[in-house]
Amino acid sequence: MNNSLVVALIASGVAYGTPLLFGALGELLAERSGVLNLGVEGMMLVGAVMGFWTVQRVHGSSALALVVAILVAALAGSAMAAIHAFLVITLRASQIVSGLALTIFAGAAGLSSYLGNDLNLSGLPAAYSFHAVFPNSMQSWPIVGPIVFGQNPLVYASWVCVVAVAFYLARTRPGLNLRAVGEAPGAADAMGISVVRYRYLHTLAGGAFAGVAGATITLAITPQWVSGITGGAGWIAIALVIFAFWRPELCLVGAYFFGAMQALAPELQARNINLGPTELWTNSLPYAATVIVLVVVSSRGARRRLGAPAALGVPYVREQA
Amino acid sequence: MSSDGVAVELRGITKRFPGVVANDAVDFEARQGEVHALLGENGAGKSTLSHILSGLYRPDEGEIRLHGELVSFHSPRDAIDAGVCMVHQHFRLVERFTVAENLILGDRRGAGRRFRIDPTAVEDQVRRLGDRYRLPVDPRARVWQLSVGERQRVEILNALYQEARVLILDEPTAVLTPDEAETLFETLREIVQEGRTVIFISHKLNEVKAVSDRVTVLRAGRAVATVSTAEASPQSLASLMIGRSFELAVRRREDGARGDAVLEVRDLWVEGDRGSTAVKGVELAVGAGEIVAVAGVAGNGQRELAEAIAGVRPWTRGAVLVGGRRLRSGDPRRAYRAGLGYVPEDRLGMGVAPNLPLSMNVELKSYRHGTLGPLLRLGRMRERAQAAIRAYEIKAPGPHAEAATLSGGNIQKLVLAREFAGELRVLIAASPTRGLDVGAVDTVHGHLCDAAALGVGVLLISEDLDEILALADRILVMYEGRLSEVERRDDLDEIAALMAGSEPGS
Repeated sequence: MNNSLVVALIASGVAYGTPLLFGALGELLAERSGVLNLGVEGMMLVGAVMGFWTVQRVHGSSALALVVAILVAALAGSAMAAIHAFLVITLRASQIVSGLALTIFAGAAGLSSYLGNDLNLSGLPAAYSFHAVFPNSMQSWPIVGPIVFGQNPLVYASWVCVVAVAFYLARTRPGLNLRAVGEAPGAADAMGISVVRYRYLHTLAGGAFAGVAGATITLAITPQWVSGITGGAGWIAIALVIFAFWRPELCLVGAYFFGAMQALAPELQARNINLGPTELWTNSLPYAATVIVLVVVSSRGARRRLGAPAALGVPYVREQA
Repeated sequence: MSSDGVAVELRGITKRFPGVVANDAVDFEARQGEVHALLGENGAGKSTLSHILSGLYRPDEGEIRLHGELVSFHSPRDAIDAGVCMVHQHFRLVERFTVAENLILGDRRGAGRRFRIDPTAVEDQVRRLGDRYRLPVDPRARVWQLSVGERQRVEILNALYQEARVLILDEPTAVLTPDEAETLFETLREIVQEGRTVIFISHKLNEVKAVSDRVTVLRAGRAVATVSTAEASPQSLASLMIGRSFELAVRRREDGARGDAVLEVRDLWVEGDRGSTAVKGVELAVGAGEIVAVAGVAGNGQRELAEAIAGVRPWTRGAVLVGGRRLRSGDPRRAYRAGLGYVPEDRLGMGVAPNLPLSMNVELKSYRHGTLGPLLRLGRMRERAQAAIRAYEIKAPGPHAEAATLSGGNIQKLVLAREFAGELRVLIAASPTRGLDVGAVDTVHGHLCDAAALGVGVLLISEDLDEILALADRILVMYEGRLSEVERRDDLDEIAALMAGSEPGS
């Protein structure tokens, strides 16, 4: 039963979807504050290389190395996001241009590649990587075994994050303030909420999530580093936020759906089912879907109806002389 | 409760903006337990003064005392913490939040300071406050679902919830029907009963008379007088306000001769911005040489009606004919070719291209005539602009001046100059004098009447009843997307009843 295509597909969908989920959660936090960050791909790539570099350098227990690696990846993602935050919040530059520039700067042909090649990370196996933590007996339980208990700790961490972000947004005062900043910065400002501070903090938090998303690929999925390893996952994460109507719990569903689509081709191959030219579309499906979603929602009207934060992409200037 | 205690004291407040002194050494004093009106024309400095008191602006000079203590506000939050809350004309609410969530947002005391929020606890409090002050709203409703009147109630509830000692209301009745305004006045009286202070900003004499205990009149940035309302006559207030006795000249011609219909609207249905139906089956006709006015409280579909006729907003059903020619939905060029002129409500956003020079703005509609192939004839455009500047007395440095640098009145003259060029049959004028000073209002009215005298059918859409009574041959009232005709033109009761949506005489 656990070898059936559906169970295998869901199990790998969860695994492959986890970097998307982390990336989407981070982008969701930034967008809820009104900051659109198209630099997710770049931030993920920097997180991927820095996380991978850390496990090659830190020795000791595997748990220690991996925890430090995740922290370093988060920090690296935040550092990248800080560039975007400074440009768009303080200098009020165009969020689209700055985000794209960040992806180009940090991306496959830029900083992340330079770092990886300079540190000779290419082609090495990861010194430590994330593995399933539950005993084999549990992993072989029907259906829930591979899907729930066969995952690595990052997957469980992402579930905690989804619940935490959902609770944060809906039930806490800073979450309420965050939503106000993204919806009506003028009203929030009048109530004494610092628009600039909320936007900075959540853009940085978004970067941290993106960094972890990148490290999830190099430390749990592949686990190795090559240049441009994210392969467009950052863009899918951005589309996912929209797909999920800016709600964390729906990000999870969407991430696993896209993850399963990515897993489709390898799973079929593993079963010696040859799709021939069909492989082309199973591989490109997530990207095609991403393009369509991004085109559809780029119209203002559609964004409003779907529940986009009303001030998304708009710099805030206090009306004061 | 001492009702003589001074709640707010402003001394020598001066605020300068580039090129203007908005407040010039203003002294102002409001007592506990009174409704104090700030009366003045548009541009007299009322809003600037209230923004200074509510922490949005910092004064260049002068001091603010609350209950005798010197204060200095760096932000609206400082003012709220000191007990001063402002109800803005443009509401400061988060539209997607519920009423309760909006109140929690500003709450910095007790329950609101906790990390976890609990809207249900606040909902009860909202209901209690609502009952006490006659401000009924559903605390669970999302703000975007509420009418403007209800949103205003939320703003006032918010101020009460924050335990404001001083409430500033900036032209609160502009968005209300007469009945709603009456209820608001009762609420305000209730609020001051408890020793709070209400500062009521308005340029409408009858409201000030109806609600306030004292009035401070502002003119050109200075406080010219503070008087007790009971002792002041409307005439004396009016002359304080404008500095000379002034009455809107009634320009309506007695004969009211009406030519053939130049504008016909048949069963017109138009959608509003939110997808709701804003105009519901409107029928109207304007004859050549006639001025027909559409009155009503803002937001009842007037803007959508004007935009649909002008071709800038598509309609869903119906027909519009100009001079017998059928217009196409959402086709402004066809409307213009049929002889339709449009003075839009949003002067700077829609009336002109703010960053283009005056010469190009004047030619925005007619530049296609007599061009050299794809090339513009800039020389001729400059000449025409010069002519327009002379003919319409536009105060501008010259044809090269950007439209955005002109004052409101001069922008409106520029728009009129453009719309009057060419063969005009019908003119749609939407709030053509909003925010203009008295002199400019007079000029615009003169142009509208001149147009009518030349046989143009004018459809005037305005919220200003005085303007409508001064100009219109016939008056229609728009309420919730429908039009009704006022039978006796000068019957204010009938107009007021129609504006509030009730059948006249019922």
